[in-house]
This record gives sequence, C-alpha cells and structure tokens, in this order.
Amino acid sequence: MYVAVKGGEAAIAAAHELLAKERRGATAVPELTAAQIREQLVLAVNRVMCEGSLYDLDLAALAIKQARGDLIEAIFLLRAYRTTLPRFGASAPFDTSSMQIRRRISATFKDLPGGQNLGPTFDFTHRLLDPELTEHAPVARPQRAEGGDDVAAPHVTTLIGAQGLIEANTGRESEAPVGDLTRDPMTFPSDRDLRLQALARGDEGFLLALGYSTQRGYGRTHPFAGEIRMGEVEIVFKPDELGFEVALGTITLTECEMVNQFKGGADKAPQFTRGCGLTFGHSERKAMAMALLDRALRARELGEEAVAPAQDEEFVLSHCDSVQATGFVEHLKLPHYVDFQAELTLLRQLRSEWAQARRTTDAAIVGHSEAAE
Amino acid sequence: MSANSAYNFAYLDEQTKRMIRRAILKAIAIPGYQVPFASREMPMPYGWGTGGVQVTAAVLGANDVLKVIDQGADDTTNAVSIRKFFEKTAGVATTTRTRDATIIQTRHRIPEAQLSEEQILVYQVPIPEPLRFLEPREPETRRMHALEDYGLMHVKLYEDIARHGHIATTYAYPVKVDGRYVMDPSPTPKFDNPKMDDCPALQLFGAGREKRIYALPPYTCVVSLDFEDHPFERTPIAAKCELCGADSAFLDEIVTDDQGGRMFVCSDTDYCESRRGEASP
Repeated sequence: MYVAVKGGEAAIAAAHELLAKERRGATAVPELTAAQIREQLVLAVNRVMCEGSLYDLDLAALAIKQARGDLIEAIFLLRAYRTTLPRFGASAPFDTSSMQIRRRISATFKDLPGGQNLGPTFDFTHRLLDPELTEHAPVARPQRAEGGDDVAAPHVTTLIGAQGLIEANTGRESEAPVGDLTRDPMTFPSDRDLRLQALARGDEGFLLALGYSTQRGYGRTHPFAGEIRMGEVEIVFKPDELGFEVALGTITLTECEMVNQFKGGADKAPQFTRGCGLTFGHSERKAMAMALLDRALRARELGEEAVAPAQDEEFVLSHCDSVQATGFVEHLKLPHYVDFQAELTLLRQLRSEWAQARRTTDAAIVGHSEAAE
Repeated sequence: MSANSAYNFAYLDEQTKRMIRRAILKAIAIPGYQVPFASREMPMPYGWGTGGVQVTAAVLGANDVLKVIDQGADDTTNAVSIRKFFEKTAGVATTTRTRDATIIQTRHRIPEAQLSEEQILVYQVPIPEPLRFLEPREPETRRMHALEDYGLMHVKLYEDIARHGHIATTYAYPVKVDGRYVMDPSPTPKFDNPKMDDCPALQLFGAGREKRIYALPPYTCVVSLDFEDHPFERTPIAAKCELCGADSAFLDEIVTDDQGGRMFVCSDTDYCESRRGEASP
C-alpha cells in the first residue's frame, strides 16, 4: 500500500536521534570536549572560523564537534549563527606590519629586516606517521630564537616598494564603507573588496585547485611568495558614540603577499604587481591560494585578457562558497517526484512516437521491396 | 510572541524583514522582474528553500495560518522541516488544508484547489533566471531582460520542436508575465502553469542562494511561451488517482514492486484527502 512518504515527521526526529548517538561513538571511549578541539585541532578550528566568517575559537570548536568533524557542516553551523548577530560597524583596517610575529618567511630574500622565522610549521617535517602521538605523547619544549618574540618586521612589499619596484597598494578609492556581500547581493563586475571578502569566505579546496591551475598555465601570474606572516594583530574599533578608537583585543591572522610579474606601459615604468591573501588563524595554504586568485582576478584591472577559469570573476566568485555549493549539490537529495514524473510522461510520449514513426518507415520499406519483386 | 525567545518572531530580525518586504513591494510593482535582495544565511541549507523561507518570514503575521508543501504533499520531509521551523520560531497555526491556509509555501507544485484573494503562495526557487541555461553570465541576462531580448529563448524552444517534435520542457516551463518579462515559474511541472494566470492569490518567488525575489500580483496575465503552430499544451493526465479517482489532477507514479507494478496517486495530498473525505459518508 502507498505509505512511502507518510510519517516524515517521526522519521526525521528518529534520524536526528540516531545522528546524536553516532556522534558520541563508543561510550567506552571518553567524550571529546570542545576545549580539546579548540586546543588540539586548532587548524580545523581556524578553517571553520575563516570560512564561517566569525572569529570565535570556542564556537568553531563546538561546531566541529556538533558536525562530527565535517568541516563544511561546521562552517555552515557557524554561518547560520553569525547571520543573526547585530552589526555594530567595521573595525579600523588592520595594521599587519605591527603584527606580533609567530611565523614570517619570505621566498624572495635570503635575509631581510625581521629575519626569517619558521614558527610552528609542517614544512620540512618528514611525513612519517608517529605512533607515539596515538596517546599521551610527551610535550616538546621548543628552543626560542635569540631576540624573543618582539620582531620588528616591515612588509617585504614595503621594502621593495620603496624603490618603486612594486605597485603601490592603491587603497580604497572612495570613502564609501567597504562592501559586505552578506548584506548586499554580489553584482558583476565586482570590486576588489568584495572579491577578497568572497575569497576569504571561499572553500579552501576550491581556492587551492584554482590557485594551482594558475601555476600550471591557466591564467599564469608568475608568483613569488614575497612574504607569509602569521601572528597576533590588534583589532581597533571606533564607535560613533565615542568618537575615538578603542582596542577590542587581538586576533590571529595569516597574511600572504605574492609578488607577481611586472606590468608597465608607455606612461609607467615596469613594476611587480601584487596578490593578497588574509585569513583568520593559521591558515597558510588558504592564504596563499587566495593571494594567487586575487592576482588572477585582477586581470580586467591590469588589462590582461581573461582566458582561464581563475581569471573569470563571475565563475570563481559564484562558485567558491562551500556552504552555497554544498546546499545546492545536496538538495538533489530532496524529492523531485513531480518534475521527474513530468519528464517520464514526455519521454514515454517521445518514445512511442519514435516507435510509431519507425514502424511506418519499416512498413514503407517492406511495401517497397514487395512491389519490386 | 515567538515560541523561542532567543530569536525574533519568525527567526529574522525586523530590519531584515523590512529589507525583504521592500524587495517584495518592488517585485509586485514590476511583475516578473527579478529583484536582487540581501539574502541571509538561514539555518537550513541553500537549495532547500532558504528563499521561500525568507519571503514567508517577511510576510508572516501572528494570525496567519501556514501550509507548507513539497511535491504537492504536506508530509514530505522538507515540508515537515520547514513547517516545524515556523511552528518553533513564529508559533503560528499551521494546516494541511489548502482552503484554511493564508500563506502556502511550496516547492515544485501549485495546489489543485482554486486559491483566493486572501491567500499568498510562496514559491521556493532554485535558479530564478529563465535564461541561465542559455546564457550563464548575469550581466548578460540582465541586459537581455532590460532590452526584452528573448530571441534566444524562442530559438531554444524552436530547436526542441525541430529535434523532438515537441517543446521538450516539462517543468520550469518559461512564462511571459504581463506581456513583458520572461519568468521562471520555479520547477513546477508545466501542468501547473495555467494556474498562475489570472490567479486571485498573490504569488511570491524567493531564491535564497541566488538572492532574488520576484512576484505575480493577483490577476496577472501569465502566458506560457509557445508558437502559433505549436501552442502550449498542458501535460496530459492519462490515468486516474487510485485513491480518490481524480482524473484531472497531477499524479505521482508509485512503483509498487519490481515486476513493473505501479500505481498513480494525487501529488496534492490535501486535494486527494479532501476528495476521499467528501466521497465517504
């Protein structure tokens, strides 16, 4: 009997209870706390904060736990929370040159003011599984470089910019508030502020693949990692009712500045161009991919022919959001009975017309050959 | 008062609702025109009705009676989920009876029962742009709408006829609104298209992921695109509902076994149940 779609309400409730049970796993194993995730899976937390557009380590850790480690689901949870928060205003622009450096490397100069600081990095580790880490691994006691934490490190781009070798950061052309694609629908062609916002929220995997494609010749930009820096930056806000700036605290940021091949013309000497990536937390891969894409997406502005997917802003920006992408891809799970039924009806009609036409043709051929005998 | 005091009535804050209402008013003023709006991130996934939910939240009042259907049915899982969302966040009365509802949110169907002037039909829309599959770029499609340049669409429909002998679009069948804008009716089967024309109810369309709202004011002229020698044909209904005997309602095909057995039943569950209720003493 026809009962297929009845009882949807009870089934949904039961499915969610099952999910909660499976989330917990075997009860013989101690339950994971959000604090453990925050402290020990911090790169996952960083990614969720970055793509979730909300800097809150505890909520991101909770989201990861609730999502059973599915980071896109965790990002979605954080976004759905963020959207309900009131907007007080925009902070003053970050001064990343005054960052409390925890990591800072440049691939363009062997040594430079502020030096090369490796910081906590997977780079140069041998990717050998470490059985000691399975449980209760001893905690390392890293050596500190001489000079301690206070590193004064001007941006590499500032150093080469002093000689005019790289384009100046143009800054914002108008005094209009920075765009916010969560408050205004995106339009094309887009401005760089909105592009950077979209990229900062964009899916790391998608950005990585597109950034990679520019290195393989699909919109090549000849990049050098001028600088990657990670550390703490003070966030400053000027409330209208006070009229002066107040420091709200510090947040961890990763910044990547790519130095790309020159541009110049009759009216301007050749200069390096820039691509910029900025992310919450320590999210180096994302920051680098973002910098590659930012540069590639400046094709129009720099008078380059946009021929590759990574240079096509409508393509990149319309598809980089993992929450949008996962929602629409996964909506295919929803019932489509009526549309499918409409298609079935037409397909059956087309097939029967085809068969009838075929029979008519066959009969004509048979009739013709009989007449010839 | 909201049933869940952590959130505003119907989830969205009043400023957001005001923004959405402005978009709706503009959409009503220019029937069939897609109005960009600052779609919010909702606590359900994009593609699962976020546009419809935002429109419903913006027009919902405390005294409204809400009905939610998906595929014509009140008990499909996503319809259940959205109905519960509004029960929880707005505390409004809900119903499965088409005639009792003041707002009906729908995905993929228009109810079989005639709607009234007191009702609003809210459609969930995945891709609001009827020209999107012919031209992927938004600035280009906006230009085409502005210039009323719909040649590409007619060429597509003509090519269908040349290839299949029919216009091979069975759902999301494009319509022309009030003699001006070509509009996507959302992925409802073309069987439902004639119900949009001259409809006494206000019809609102919300596309959350694509950030667009459009509307059909009551009694708007809605014409399905066709040619003089290939007029629009409603999908013929060849069977009767095996539950209520309806012979002019859109039917779901239910596969009953692996021997080719199947039965046809009304896609509109309320229509079917009402007919059965009236038939039995």
